[in-house]
Amino acid sequence: MMGKGSELSRDGDWSVLRVWGEVDLSWSQDVRKQVLDAYTKAKSLAVQLDGVSYIDSSGIAALVEGFQHARAKGGRFALLAPSESVRAVLELARLDRVFPIFSDLAAARAA
Amino acid sequence: MNDTAAPLIDVVGLEAYYGRRRILHGVDFSVRRGEIRVIMGGSGSGKSTLLRHIIGLQRPVSGMVKILGVDVGRASAQELLTVRRRLGVSFQGGALITSMSVGDNVALPLREHTQLDETTVRIMSRLKLEFVNLGGFHDLMPSQLSGGMIKRAALARAIVMDPELLFFDEPSAGLDPVVSAELDELILRLRDALRMTIVVVTHELESAFRIADRITVLDQGDVLTTGTVAEVHASEN
Repeated sequence: MMGKGSELSRDGDWSVLRVWGEVDLSWSQDVRKQVLDAYTKAKSLAVQLDGVSYIDSSGIAALVEGFQHARAKGGRFALLAPSESVRAVLELARLDRVFPIFSDLAAARAA
Repeated sequence: MNDTAAPLIDVVGLEAYYGRRRILHGVDFSVRRGEIRVIMGGSGSGKSTLLRHIIGLQRPVSGMVKILGVDVGRASAQELLTVRRRLGVSFQGGALITSMSVGDNVALPLREHTQLDETTVRIMSRLKLEFVNLGGFHDLMPSQLSGGMIKRAALARAIVMDPELLFFDEPSAGLDPVVSAELDELILRLRDALRMTIVVVTHELESAFRIADRITVLDQGDVLTTGTVAEVHASEN
């Protein structure tokens, strides 16, 4: 994986959005759009974050919106394998206790 | 920290005057990416004047001030504006707008300087209030906050745009030791989690020693010493 980017795929009844690189104000609105679009394809969304080297609060805001959308529509939302730098921001915002965080999709499904 | 990278702030031979009185006597000062730099000095040492030059509120009469690669003395108004959007400043008195709620104060820079969706703006401002332990205070007015809360709310506004460079003027002034220590801890976490480079102006020794990677001590317009906490401790100055 080079630079930054994202890729949306389908795995059973889940959408999986894989994001990598630095998620900042320059393209966090694209990530937000993909998060919301993902719910048109499946009721539940997992965002894979192991390749994210940095995330700012606009990127976190996109995840919060995804989480809120799932709760409002009766779907599920999960973060998969957030990197250390993502975890640090989640902890600062105390969202590590709010977001369902799993090592992989199988663990999210089983929860 | 990367010692070989160009400094985010580079001040060379800065002189400043108020009328005919010379306030800064050829100050050299540089800050590296990811660093927490504390500027210390007593009243009249020139630390506030240095800060005003670094954040581009005052153009240098003599000497050079570069912020994020932009020469403040030669930059156009538009270039200065662009640089300022990459900075966050938390002023000593908080400078919150008293007629707006805490949340609206924090959201203001996002509404003024970005085209972000309103939902994102609201989430980002609430996140920043959560960062500074004011999660439930979004709808309160500034007059309903204590002194320490006002400082934290001002900090939330200063960081709402995720600035590369954060300036914090006297964070501990007027705070009790426990609240002051909590604020110091928060400054350290902001640097680590959000990769901010932070410049703190303070006269509180204990706070400076807790947070600084390097300390610059000013005295009557001259740099008395610059070094790590251990080096400043050991300095005869």
